[in-house]
Amino acid sequence: MSLDDFYRQTILDHYQNPRNWGTLEKPDITAQDANPLCGDEIRIDLKIKDDKVEAVRFSGKGCSISRAAASMLTEAIEGKTLDEVKLINRDDVLDMLGIELGPVRLKCALLALKTLKVGVYGVQQNWPGEED
Amino acid sequence: MRVLAPERRVDFAAIRKDFPIFQQKAHGKPLIYLDSTATTQKPVAVIEALAHYYRTYNANIHRGVYAIAEEATARYEEVRGKVARILHARSPHEIVFTRGTTESVNLVSNAWGRKNVGPGDVIVLTEMEHHSNLVPWQILAQERGAAIRYIPFDATGKLDLSGLDRLLEGPVKIVALTHMSNVLGTVNPVAEIARRAHARGALVLVDAAQSLPHLGVDVQQLDCDFLAFSAHKMLGPTGTGALYGKREHLESMPPFLGGGEMIREVKLEGSTWNEVPWKFEAGTMNIADTIAFGTAIDYIEKIGFDVIAEHSRELAAETMRALGGIPGVTIYGPPAAERGGIVAFTLDDIHAHDVATVLDHEGVAVRAGHHCAMPLHAKLGVAATTRVSFYVYNLPSDIEVLVEGVRKAKQVFHR
Repeated sequence: MSLDDFYRQTILDHYQNPRNWGTLEKPDITAQDANPLCGDEIRIDLKIKDDKVEAVRFSGKGCSISRAAASMLTEAIEGKTLDEVKLINRDDVLDMLGIELGPVRLKCALLALKTLKVGVYGVQQNWPGEED
Repeated sequence: MRVLAPERRVDFAAIRKDFPIFQQKAHGKPLIYLDSTATTQKPVAVIEALAHYYRTYNANIHRGVYAIAEEATARYEEVRGKVARILHARSPHEIVFTRGTTESVNLVSNAWGRKNVGPGDVIVLTEMEHHSNLVPWQILAQERGAAIRYIPFDATGKLDLSGLDRLLEGPVKIVALTHMSNVLGTVNPVAEIARRAHARGALVLVDAAQSLPHLGVDVQQLDCDFLAFSAHKMLGPTGTGALYGKREHLESMPPFLGGGEMIREVKLEGSTWNEVPWKFEAGTMNIADTIAFGTAIDYIEKIGFDVIAEHSRELAAETMRALGGIPGVTIYGPPAAERGGIVAFTLDDIHAHDVATVLDHEGVAVRAGHHCAMPLHAKLGVAATTRVSFYVYNLPSDIEVLVEGVRKAKQVFHR
């Protein structure tokens, strides 16, 4: 994969102009995690209404891949039910990014999803932990 | 800068040819390896020594009395002698083979620490430690109710010793510090710190994972009580390394791991221990890799520690000059003259992973992240840095490729 393919215009766009960036006041769900490999951090806030994601914000620090993946993921879950959010898996995130990743950068790409799942399943305390 | 006598000049381009990995390509480009601080590449002689052992005299050591077992034992113990010689230890009995630096530090924190560190005692570390010389002490301190104090580093990346006397007050049992930072490249004044620590009755452990390969060390000159290092950071295989300990300390310490070989006599009622250093080498050791490490030592000695130190310093200085000319680059740590062959930097607000990925596509291998030194990066105020480091197979032309790659990273993210 060439460098231009890797840093596709959409990835750079989401990195430089992240969607849903920030935090929510009084979120119904908030989850934080970090990537011990590089010290990257992420926080995701959700506002839930009628079992649907009414609003979502994310913040933290990370590389282009982790930030673009988080930005794309937040766009994808807006308006979705919590059950629909639970169905999103790693392949969906990789499809959004549209690039091939090695095992190390895969962790960057999946940090947001992992954090989101912890937040969503945390409500019911039974997250199966499949993103690890 | 010292000028080497003409007969000591070394053809580093010829040395590079001794390393088969450089026949590989990365993303279709020649491999430029700038991550020797993580692990060095291996010369063909070391790779062949491994295969030669397995092909011709593979046997367990210290047990069999047949020919190949005798040969394996002799070769393994010969390496202990080589390690003692390069460290300037008084005797091979002061060298314990381990899996590497991390296990060496854990050996001391467990075997020596559990016996000698109690509630209220103090362990002194520095803010620039690799996690391997930090976490074992945190575990010990938590278990024993001891306190940890940290020697800070200043804005230039050098240890601030102005408060050292205060840090050494009270029941300080050990000062454990790195000889050379794996991020900043800073070379710490270990001998001075050891002198002041000893005056207060504390022992000193040195993490030489970076300094031994890059500078060479002399345990008599440092006057340290323990010193830990890994073979794989100095042309040897992974999974082996050693702990140097002054014999009197090793003698008075209880064993670390129990099992075969570390005993003198085992009865169902209890056991007595083998003499040092074998008291600390339980079970079948990493025979093949340790023997091949001996070949790595031969290779390094043929070049000379002083020549290697000069070479990696020159490359680091050139890198600092070249990267320093790119707007947006911030280099961490002391001036080139006061560091080893390591340069860590950031590029504007571009994440280190992204810089490393762009460089990877140019064939350049660098490390990106916190390099197992999270407290150090917290103090620098950055989550991650990009780190380049050098060894005997690197050439000035590597730096030109690096600099072009860094410029390219800027273009990619600032377009």
